[in-house]
Amino acid sequence: MTARVLVGVKRVIDYAVKIRVKPDNTGVVTDGVKHSMNPFCEIAVEEAVRLKEKKLVQEVVAVSCGPQQVQETIRTALAMGADRGIHVEVSGKDYDSLGPLQVSKILAALAKKEEASLIILGKQAIDDDCNQTGQMTAALLDWPQGTFASELVIEGDKVKVVREIDGGLETIKLNMPVVVTADLRLNTPRYATLPNIMKAKKKKIANMKPGDLGVDMTSRVEVLRVDEPPQRQAGVKVESVEDLVSKLKEAGRI
Amino acid sequence: MLPYTPRRGTKKIGPNMAALFKARKVCSALGIAVGCATRSLTQLAALPELHQMLRQTCRDYADKELAPIAGQLDKTHTFPAKQIRELGAMGVMAVEVPESLGGAGMDYLAYSLAVEELSRGCASTGVIVSVNNSLYLGPVLKFGTDEQKKQWITPFTTGERVGCFALSEPGNGSDAGAASTMARQEGDCWVLNGTKAWITNSYDASAAVVLATTDKTLKHKGISAFLLPMPHPGLSLGKREDKLGIRASSTANLILDDCRIPHGNLLGQCGMGFKIAMQTLDSGRIGIASQALGIAQASLDCAADYAHKRSAFGAPIAKMQAIQEAAMAKLSASEAATFVSHQAIQVLGGMGYVTDMPAERHYRDARITEIYEGTSEIQRLVIANQVLKEYQ
Repeated sequence: MTARVLVGVKRVIDYAVKIRVKPDNTGVVTDGVKHSMNPFCEIAVEEAVRLKEKKLVQEVVAVSCGPQQVQETIRTALAMGADRGIHVEVSGKDYDSLGPLQVSKILAALAKKEEASLIILGKQAIDDDCNQTGQMTAALLDWPQGTFASELVIEGDKVKVVREIDGGLETIKLNMPVVVTADLRLNTPRYATLPNIMKAKKKKIANMKPGDLGVDMTSRVEVLRVDEPPQRQAGVKVESVEDLVSKLKEAGRI
Repeated sequence: MLPYTPRRGTKKIGPNMAALFKARKVCSALGIAVGCATRSLTQLAALPELHQMLRQTCRDYADKELAPIAGQLDKTHTFPAKQIRELGAMGVMAVEVPESLGGAGMDYLAYSLAVEELSRGCASTGVIVSVNNSLYLGPVLKFGTDEQKKQWITPFTTGERVGCFALSEPGNGSDAGAASTMARQEGDCWVLNGTKAWITNSYDASAAVVLATTDKTLKHKGISAFLLPMPHPGLSLGKREDKLGIRASSTANLILDDCRIPHGNLLGQCGMGFKIAMQTLDSGRIGIASQALGIAQASLDCAADYAHKRSAFGAPIAKMQAIQEAAMAKLSASEAATFVSHQAIQVLGGMGYVTDMPAERHYRDARITEIYEGTSEIQRLVIANQVLKEYQ
């Protein structure tokens, strides 16, 4: 049985919220805005908990990087069935510039420290849509990776992953330890049950800093400006197909 | 008269205000010390983390699983069996029942929050959850023997089975001390005879707590409570009531005709029935208050959302001055209609809520008079203009 699964969970602005850009164009408004666990991270947690229920893994550890508030996100993972949590404290400027590079360095360090043999992450976060953390983590650890997983099966010391790719579905077999990133159709995350919410309160969340893991938090990326997408222009109605073709030619589309 | 307050420059209630408002309502609905009643409302507005997580979970469930189907459930009067099972799995069907009996082992604040959030999505689901928790599991938990608890509680925590509470009768609703349903002993059985009315969950329940008179001479001290499995020989259900609202929950009469139940189905002691009923309703009140809050919140959300989107005269109606005095006749007549029909239902009690009597139709019909042929707001506008003209 695999000993430990590490699941990364990210606290993001809730998918239902209408995003507003800050007046100074440095970012989006986050104060007082509803946040929740990244939907793909929910799928990752659900998959890890299911593996534990099937007795294929022994322990599920939920990790999140960020300020105090990410503890809520870790607790949600615990309420879904994770065994314990790790909160890597990142705040202020470091948090503003936190990106996949630093997170993957943190996850790699934790994977070694916790002797995890499986890391499951969401395929991407719905705020930055980077789709990089899983891949970077695997590279730093020199582990194989199964990204965009719509199916995950543990077979002994190997993992079979069905990946959703442009051409259709690709099935690969990887030797553990592996990094897997969860895609939409991997599973449907459960609602936390009240007893589990109660139990989550008693589960431990360890605190640490990136420095404790020897991780350098300098960002190689600088955000210059954040703008709203251009307003959608009104369409133009045409009377005939000939009209349509000539308009398209005018616009240089054909 | 109806307290119509205009919304000048409608502002969406901020999260802190909303929390305070709710906390205050919960507080007054409880009517009793909330363990921390001596603290200020601001502290109450900050829920313990556990309760916040619970509220969020129930809210997510209501938004994703209940709100999308609530309209359909209402139209087709369908009991949401799948959702009730899912809620059972979450522990919501037995919030205050100890874990040892299969419940969630949480407190009445958790229960109140759960019902409120679920009712916001679907009021029918809210009442089904509330009745099972407060009116059925409540008395069995408080007054049942260990054996009764195992038999009558545990199977009703999962959402597979729901219970109901049979107190009201055609002849008495508010006057609960005058139960005409009788229970007599015959050998090792109790034999029940009579009719219970307005029983929520009746068509979907697998058990009922039934109040019946065991000794008429003792008046309200002669009422006892019984546990009745459903269905059962000697028990039949009346027709499903066709209600104005909460239509996905079933409401009907329970007709007891020489209905025999084992001796061990007495809940509590003989003569304790009235006390059991009153205590049950006292705590059940929290459930209904929470349901009302949830419905109010849903209406508010709906109205606020609509006000922002609906444009009239080139601007969202939310931005308009709502009150200017207008056609007084139409205004006061239409509001009188709503108010009076509202009161009429109140006078008829349960009968005002079903389609057998026209009261509910009057209420529904009256409502439109405030809207068509010029909304009440437009009437006020017209009146105001008239008044201003007279001053020119």
